[in-house]
Amino acid sequence: MILPPPCPAPLGCSSRRELEAQTGSTMGGTQTRVTQLDPDLVERTGFSPEQINNLHKRFQQLSENKETISRESLNRIPALANNPIRSQIIEAFFDKRNQHGSEVGSLEEITFEQFLMVMSHFRPPTVEMTDEEKEAVRREKLRFLFNMHDTNGDGTITLAEYRKVVEELLSKCGTIGQEAAKEITDAAMLEVASTNVPHMGPEDFYEGITFEHFEQILKGLEMESRMHIRFLDTATVHCGKS
Amino acid sequence: MGLRRHADLWLLGSAMLLCCVSPLKAEVKNSEHESHSNSNITGIPIVTFKWEHVETPYLVALWVLVSFLCKLVIEANHHVTNIIPESALLICAGFILGGIIWGADLQQTFKLTPTVFFFYLLPPIILDSGYHMPNKLFFTNLGAILVYAVIGTCWNAASLGLSLWGCHKGGAMGELDIGLLQYLLFGSLIAAVDPVAVLAVFEQVHVNEVLFILVFGESLLNDGVTVVLFNVFDAFVTLGGAQIDAVEIIKGIISFFVVAFGGSLLGFVFGLLMCFLTRCTKNIQIIEPGFIFVVGYLSYLTAEMLSLSAILSCVFCGVCCQKYINANMNENSVKTVKYAMKVFANGSETMIFVFLGISAIDKTIWVWNTGFILLTLLFIFIYRFIGVFIQTWILNRFRLVPLEFIDQLIMGFGGLRGAVAYGLAVMMDENKIKEKNLMVSTTLIVVFFTVIVQGIIMKPLVKWLKVKKATESELTLIEKVQNRVFDHMLVAIEDISGQIGHNYMRDKWKNFEEKWMMWLLMKPSARKKQDHVFNVFHQLNLKDAVEYVSEGESRGSLEFIRNDSAIIDFKKKLGEDIFDTMPDVTADTSFDHGIVLRDPVPSVSLEMHEQTMNGLREMEDLNSHHLLQEHLYKGRKQHRHKFSRNHLTINTDEDEVQEIFQRTMRRRLESFKSAKMGMGPPKIISKHTKKEQQKLFSDSGSFFPDFEFSEADSASGYDPSYSYRSGGGIENPAFMADLDPVVPVQIPPWLAEAELYSGAVSPSQRAQARPPLSAGDLRRLAPLRISTRSTDSFMMADIPAAEQRRDSFDLPPPPPPPPSKDGRHQ
Repeated sequence: MILPPPCPAPLGCSSRRELEAQTGSTMGGTQTRVTQLDPDLVERTGFSPEQINNLHKRFQQLSENKETISRESLNRIPALANNPIRSQIIEAFFDKRNQHGSEVGSLEEITFEQFLMVMSHFRPPTVEMTDEEKEAVRREKLRFLFNMHDTNGDGTITLAEYRKVVEELLSKCGTIGQEAAKEITDAAMLEVASTNVPHMGPEDFYEGITFEHFEQILKGLEMESRMHIRFLDTATVHCGKS
Repeated sequence: MGLRRHADLWLLGSAMLLCCVSPLKAEVKNSEHESHSNSNITGIPIVTFKWEHVETPYLVALWVLVSFLCKLVIEANHHVTNIIPESALLICAGFILGGIIWGADLQQTFKLTPTVFFFYLLPPIILDSGYHMPNKLFFTNLGAILVYAVIGTCWNAASLGLSLWGCHKGGAMGELDIGLLQYLLFGSLIAAVDPVAVLAVFEQVHVNEVLFILVFGESLLNDGVTVVLFNVFDAFVTLGGAQIDAVEIIKGIISFFVVAFGGSLLGFVFGLLMCFLTRCTKNIQIIEPGFIFVVGYLSYLTAEMLSLSAILSCVFCGVCCQKYINANMNENSVKTVKYAMKVFANGSETMIFVFLGISAIDKTIWVWNTGFILLTLLFIFIYRFIGVFIQTWILNRFRLVPLEFIDQLIMGFGGLRGAVAYGLAVMMDENKIKEKNLMVSTTLIVVFFTVIVQGIIMKPLVKWLKVKKATESELTLIEKVQNRVFDHMLVAIEDISGQIGHNYMRDKWKNFEEKWMMWLLMKPSARKKQDHVFNVFHQLNLKDAVEYVSEGESRGSLEFIRNDSAIIDFKKKLGEDIFDTMPDVTADTSFDHGIVLRDPVPSVSLEMHEQTMNGLREMEDLNSHHLLQEHLYKGRKQHRHKFSRNHLTINTDEDEVQEIFQRTMRRRLESFKSAKMGMGPPKIISKHTKKEQQKLFSDSGSFFPDFEFSEADSASGYDPSYSYRSGGGIENPAFMADLDPVVPVQIPPWLAEAELYSGAVSPSQRAQARPPLSAGDLRRLAPLRISTRSTDSFMMADIPAAEQRRDSFDLPPPPPPPPSKDGRHQ
């Protein structure tokens, strides 16, 4: 199994400058709390202090001011209720593989730092990145996506694992969804198999999608340039009070 | 001279190609012709020549024909169009035609008039752009597009007007009677990037989709803006400098917004109306597509009537309605709309360019002022770049994915001006603007320069700068699924992190849409079919079936289905496969798979067709026996082609269709043998489904050089067009190439249903390129059961069915039922 690449060099200079500027100007209040929390966070996650602040507020809101957050608290978010793949996503937060470390397995509760680590997969790319950095970010993002499918962490997405995702995706369609999910999964697997192992003999067995294959298949989708959300920089309102 | 003219008239009747010379004289000829016919009336004329009776429509039709012929000639030379864009060549063709006219008439009888342009040529293009707009991409980038379209255009207009005025004051242009306001008017008319020109160039260079939508969206919207600006400045010019005070300026600004937003809103309303109409057109399917065009055109005209922005109205009408009407209308109608839209748009575009060229060959409009013209060119070029850079710099501070420098260069370079500018320039009032002709000729030069020179440079530039190209997206199921997962994931992450972002908004909008809009605007039956993953799956199945069949063909038979050992291998493998991964479903799956291969009829035949299918088959078998005995050649009977205005019927005579099929099969067989492929006993051929049969039509060149399909084609009741109407599975690659000029590149997910056919390009080539598929691919055919009630699955149900019967008949079992079935089941 290929270990997830370390978090790419964050925009160290600019964020640090901002950090200094901030700690210099606005001492006190909520602004400094995060920096007290861990001044290293900016460095490690690549978020700007304001973003960290915002996320921290959200974290506290979700965890009801505790140090850690559990699956239940995430499950309670009302906006998530309609999301068909909610469980996969929530699981991803508790997955040790998404913490930029080499550990495998899942956590019961995550701290704010771990929360941030997962969130950092969704940072938008910046102009200043070099091609290598971009490549690293790309792999990292794909890895996150891959991990979401590969629930048992053995480095391949098996048919069963994939089927689970598709089933949930179609879970709103009722029974027909179930049946279709099965067929779609089979078809999709075949597709992967035929693109990646073109000369498969009748005796061969395709055991699952490896990360390399995964990367190969999703090349056309350009996930890397789309897998990001906008993290607000300024201290602003939050939506979805839970 | 009179003689010559009459000779010309005759030529006009006989030789179409000369029409470019002759009809010009129509006006001159009229009087003469009348005297000619009058003098002849001495009794009842058997035949009279009534040119003036048909003159106008005749000329229009002729000109359309001539323009199309120009395009035909140009497109026949691919090595030229690879270097010089088609639009530039069309303009040059226009020059030549104009030259001929000028040579014959010594005046320019034909010109692109603003009325013709704005009322007849432009609307189809705009409607087409709106209707085929990749919505998701468009709305994702709407902010940037609006900035470029509104601010960029204003910037272009103001900077150009002011700079020219400054240069005028500085004495760079000699004596000209142009005031500041008139400069601004000129600036506003020439500020807008032209959608026609931009599309014509950009669709050939396949830049990445964000860049494309930015340039294209900008060009569409800023046309609206420029027309508004033009009107405002026109009003100012009419008022005269002295009377313009703050109030008037404020009124101008307000009118700008009212016109732009009012137009968009009106388009939106018409779009909704259109959706609503198509919801109820179930019983008049044959004129269903007509609604789209009429309502779209009405949206344009209504906006024009209310002096709102007609272009914006038409664009938004198309943008709003596409999703719903595509879901509401019958599949054939959707295709018809698409094709007709393309025919109109492409035709209009061709005519616009040709007539731009023709209009230029006119001595009376040409006024040369080196300073004015060169400075205009220079300023347009420079300010476009400056504008793009500044705006992008600002936008990049807000964009998540910033635009790269190279993209900005291409955007700047893509600032092509076009016919809208010319149309506006011609519309200027000569009494108010003394130097109108100078402005018109400058506009023409700008248009020609940008379209021809920049158009030619664009392609090498894109290559040289290594602009990120659009990915030729091959539609795969897994990508589709992944896309879905991905969308949900982003929304979820936004939810968790508590940020309101695009995804959040989009999700909210989607919910709203599903709840209200769909309920209001979509047929209940269409609402159910909304799951796109499903649709993709279905399409892929089709493609697979085609590939599978052609695979068999390339091997000379469908041997590998029939080969029992292969089946067993496959079964074993599949069994292990399933067992290893998911023991609990083994039984279930292998059951399915057994069904597919062994006993297909009960499960694969769709419930509603099963009975008829079986019945038909018996009959067909009898027939085929008979036909074979008769050597199949008796059937040159009259081809019954019923005409009905309400229903499009294809020949439904079973015997006839079958006979044709058999004959073509025999022919194929012969050529087959002669090609020493050797392994084609007649019964193999029986496995060919109709899909495949069509495929043979398109592929016959490669597989069976001797195969003449013309005979089958001419004798059969098959509608030749059928090959591209059929359910999106088979597309004739040759035909596909130019099919969808507007959005060749993007297949946005939510459009996938509609755009799928572009993903299905030439399955045969893919099949040949690919290594042999394992028999396991047949499995994909199985799920067709779920997505029932479609032509395609119906047709494919035949594969296994044929399989089942293979042992009982030595003679070729008959072909599947004729295509007319499709109409019935759709």
